[in-house]
Amino acid sequence: MDPKQLQIHLIELIRKSSTDMPPDIEKALMTGYHREAKGSSAKGAFKAIMETIKLSRKKSIPLCQDTGSLVWHIYYPDGSELLPVESSIKQATVLATRLNYLRPNSVDPVTGINPGNNLGNGVPSPHFHPWKKKSWEFNLMNKGGGCENVGAQYKLPDTRLGAGRDLDGVYKSVLDAVFQAQGRGCAPGIICVGIGGDRDTGMVIAKKQIFRKLDDANPDQLLATLEKKLYRDCNKLGIGPMGYGGKTTVLGVKIGKYHRLPATYFVSIAYMCWSDRRAKMIIRGQKAHYSN
Amino acid sequence: MKKLYLPTDEKTIRSLHIGDEVLLNGTIVTARDTAHKYMVTEKPKDIKPLLKNSVIYHCGPIVANESGIWRMVCAGPTTSIREEPYEADVIKLYGVRGVIGKGGMGPKTLEACKKYGAVYLHATGGCAAKIAETMEEVLEVRKLEFGTPEAFWVIRVKDFPCTVTMDSHGRSLHEIIEKKSRKVLESLLK
Ligand code: SF4
Repeated sequence: MDPKQLQIHLIELIRKSSTDMPPDIEKALMTGYHREAKGSSAKGAFKAIMETIKLSRKKSIPLCQDTGSLVWHIYYPDGSELLPVESSIKQATVLATRLNYLRPNSVDPVTGINPGNNLGNGVPSPHFHPWKKKSWEFNLMNKGGGCENVGAQYKLPDTRLGAGRDLDGVYKSVLDAVFQAQGRGCAPGIICVGIGGDRDTGMVIAKKQIFRKLDDANPDQLLATLEKKLYRDCNKLGIGPMGYGGKTTVLGVKIGKYHRLPATYFVSIAYMCWSDRRAKMIIRGQKAHYSN
Repeated sequence: MKKLYLPTDEKTIRSLHIGDEVLLNGTIVTARDTAHKYMVTEKPKDIKPLLKNSVIYHCGPIVANESGIWRMVCAGPTTSIREEPYEADVIKLYGVRGVIGKGGMGPKTLEACKKYGAVYLHATGGCAAKIAETMEEVLEVRKLEFGTPEAFWVIRVKDFPCTVTMDSHGRSLHEIIEKKSRKVLESLLK
């Protein structure tokens, strides 16, 4: 791939992810709007959300001022050179920041200095996965800070919750996390869960669920059942959009699993705010195809 | 919807109750983590006249500079609870009448709202592009060296929509919802 051309494609991908809401999320938000009581603050919040989505798309401005951390998952033809791709990602990030598709969002935790270009130690940290296909697939998500703060990682068993090392324990952990979050992660959220793995990979599998479409079906029957049950019961909590109270506390629950160590049982929970920004780009030859 | 004109006064603020929807008009000032710490530890004199009887906005905006003129591109609320250690002192020291943010704040801030006559105003999180449309003019910026998100942006707004979720009578919608949802949680965990 020509690095200059790739850079242009990547800027477009960042623009799309930051400014254009995926259709499945938009549909779920619309359902939420219709579900809430007339004249309630909850309905008002949904109305503002729907208007924001339209406005951002029309004017190509970020949906949220917190354009988040950029989470990249890239599938590449086995044997490809990756270093030039990594540097194209960096350059595209800097240029997208200049174009105001991204807020300067990387801060040195020791000095407090924000370099203003969204680069820094560990930023960006793209995940690369080889595959047998000839095409490239770039998956991008903007993961905001407010909802990142209400994410959680439970170590089972958990005596306080009465949660054991099984799916019932997972159920209890997720409900507790959604309760603890209240409206602070810009509810209604999409609750993405990783069962197992270690402290590191558990969160990776949780965040990977954010790329799933809201209306997809989990191929694992046990997890599919748990997703449905949690979706129903999280919404019984009544926290509602923004924590104003209401019928829509979560838009979906998505669960993945990794094998764990015998001694550990982690439930990692990534809370994705309603502003679930993600986009995909497939490159075949010189042609790029975008979707979200 | 009620219109709230800034600067305001104690009587107007005391007339507001949780659940009220208001449209803000006038000058507001953004301040988030670095700015709050700075206000409480350094007590800068030049900030006070900006905040007296006005409203602080917990927001780290995206701002464009077009031939020397600042314009708000995207300016939604950030999570307020991070300022809980500072906000009560800020309300007391600077005579602030309101705080806009998201997610609500804790008992210390609620107490200060009651004591000094201030409210917490909830803006819709994530609606940054739409909120920026209510921002007619950036009047000035202070402490830009804190970085764009952390600086004090002084902004003139027209009909900025908010919901009162903590009032000056000791009531917090966030406390009420938390209590209710805790009951449901406990019954589901049984
Ligand atoms: S949590 Fe709220 S403020 Fe943060 S990125 Fe999401 S919508 Fe924006």
